[in-house]
Amino acid sequence: MSNLKALAYKLRKDTVDIIMEGGGGHIGGDMSVMEVLVSLYLDRMNISPENQDDPDRDFFIMSKGHSVEAYYAVLCEKGFLDFEEVKSKFSKFGSQYIGHPNNKLPGMEMNSGSLGHGLPVSVGISLGNKMNGRKNRTYVVMGDGELAEGSVWEGFMSGSMYKLDNLCAIIDRNRLQISGSTEDVMAHEDLFQRIKSFGWHVISVDGNDLDALKAAFDEAEATKGKPTCIIANTTKGKGSAVMENKASWHHHVPTAEEYEQIMKDLDEHIKALS
Amino acid sequence: MNNIPNRKVICDVLMEHAKDDKDIVVLCSDSRGSASLAPFFENFPEQSVEVGIAEQDLVSIAAGLAKTGKKPFAASPASFVSTRSYEQAKVDCAYSNMNVKLIGISGGVSYGALGMSHHSAQDIAAMAAIPNMRVYLPSDRHQTKYLVEALLKDEKPAYIRTGRNPVEDTYTEDNCPFEMDKATIVNEGSDVTIIACGEMVKPAADAAKLLEKEGISAEVIDMYCVKPLDTEAIIKSVQKTIAVVTVEEHAPFGGLGSMVAQVVSANCPKKVLEIALPDAPVITGTSKEVFDYYGMNAEGIAKKAKEALA
Repeated sequence: MSNLKALAYKLRKDTVDIIMEGGGGHIGGDMSVMEVLVSLYLDRMNISPENQDDPDRDFFIMSKGHSVEAYYAVLCEKGFLDFEEVKSKFSKFGSQYIGHPNNKLPGMEMNSGSLGHGLPVSVGISLGNKMNGRKNRTYVVMGDGELAEGSVWEGFMSGSMYKLDNLCAIIDRNRLQISGSTEDVMAHEDLFQRIKSFGWHVISVDGNDLDALKAAFDEAEATKGKPTCIIANTTKGKGSAVMENKASWHHHVPTAEEYEQIMKDLDEHIKALS
Repeated sequence: MNNIPNRKVICDVLMEHAKDDKDIVVLCSDSRGSASLAPFFENFPEQSVEVGIAEQDLVSIAAGLAKTGKKPFAASPASFVSTRSYEQAKVDCAYSNMNVKLIGISGGVSYGALGMSHHSAQDIAAMAAIPNMRVYLPSDRHQTKYLVEALLKDEKPAYIRTGRNPVEDTYTEDNCPFEMDKATIVNEGSDVTIIACGEMVKPAADAAKLLEKEGISAEVIDMYCVKPLDTEAIIKSVQKTIAVVTVEEHAPFGGLGSMVAQVVSANCPKKVLEIALPDAPVITGTSKEVFDYYGMNAEGIAKKAKEALA
């Protein structure tokens, strides 16, 4: 499918199917982050099953590791993993396809799951690549609830200290976390200014709009002397009114009726975009 | 009396190898002075990374560097790097299997009067409990040199604890038997097995001399490799002796003593007595004063050995 906008909805369907088979998963954040993953893996990054060990490849770190089902769907599309195998084994006894990224699997660089690790790890990767004189880029995706972890801000500090213009952090700003609104749990309302004040170039975009993301990633690549953070304003549960903007869908498994409606809604998106 | 602390030896070995191996990177968290790594930062600025007082950042960045083929050595006070950044050690280094060497400096009660916040009496237990994390406590400067050289050759994560102060030599430059992950028999004996690690090895060796004067033959084992524990060395020794004493600069739970007791009880049951720091804030004083107070010296170890044999 060359139409990436429609593909993002097709991959949402795959994600929902993985969750249904595994009987669990973080569906809300899977849906919100999908365009970011599609934009990076299917349009931008120099990464494929053929060059996954090439030191010049681009690096991707899924810091919000709980959105692993969306990540699985994208890695399957990219040819790193087999969709039928992932779907049938996800979360099953003895499976490698666990509920967070597992770097024993092809395509996954680092284990994550505990939040607040990805940014500082990506600072290390970006720094190492600079030391090695490489021109590749590192992308890291964080959740907005994750920003309450102090280690994230240690990473923001060191990223600008070392002028890592080969590093791009993306915040999946869906404004919901497990307990409710991020602004009620731990507010980030002045997020743009906060990150800017740490010495980063900051871009705020519609994170479910592939055109806007493409422009933001272009701008990030063109920005020299400092790292870039893209605040991707997204909708949690994006794709179906059944789950959109509902904190209770952070890791809800759809019922049979909900499943039917979600798939119908996603199909309509695909139809409209095709 | 030797006046070269183990931490300085680590810096010397890293500098020697960094000349030819540009992948060696040293990271500090405002700790280059206390780690004796300032000369490395001066001589190899391109291979040095300062992160400020941020241990979580320190360990995660080290893991990221390892991901790109670097060989990071991240040095920070043992009390902080083993607990403040414990999860980074667990997830980013051990679980993701990154080639990160964590150097816990000023370990145990090295910081003396600075109090419990600065003492690392939990690091062995904490680090040893992480799958794929190794734990080393070298006993003297000679062994430290061999250990760091061995660690430069492998690509797995490890935690190394050293003290702040120079320690008396257990070995000599010409005679320092070292085999990676194999305990060193410091003194052969047949009545009691004394197993020690880190700074406690030298007093254990001295205790053997005191015991010898009383006709007691003590075997002293330097278990610098606390994990992977050299179980074979323990079993081989304990099979021929009557009792066991363990000595460590660590809390009484989850450290060398606990691990040795597990091995002995499962394979060759004998009485095991442990010498360790108390399960309480440690009394104020220099390392030596603290060790003397808690019987962590040659006299105390000899006394405990006789108790074990009684």
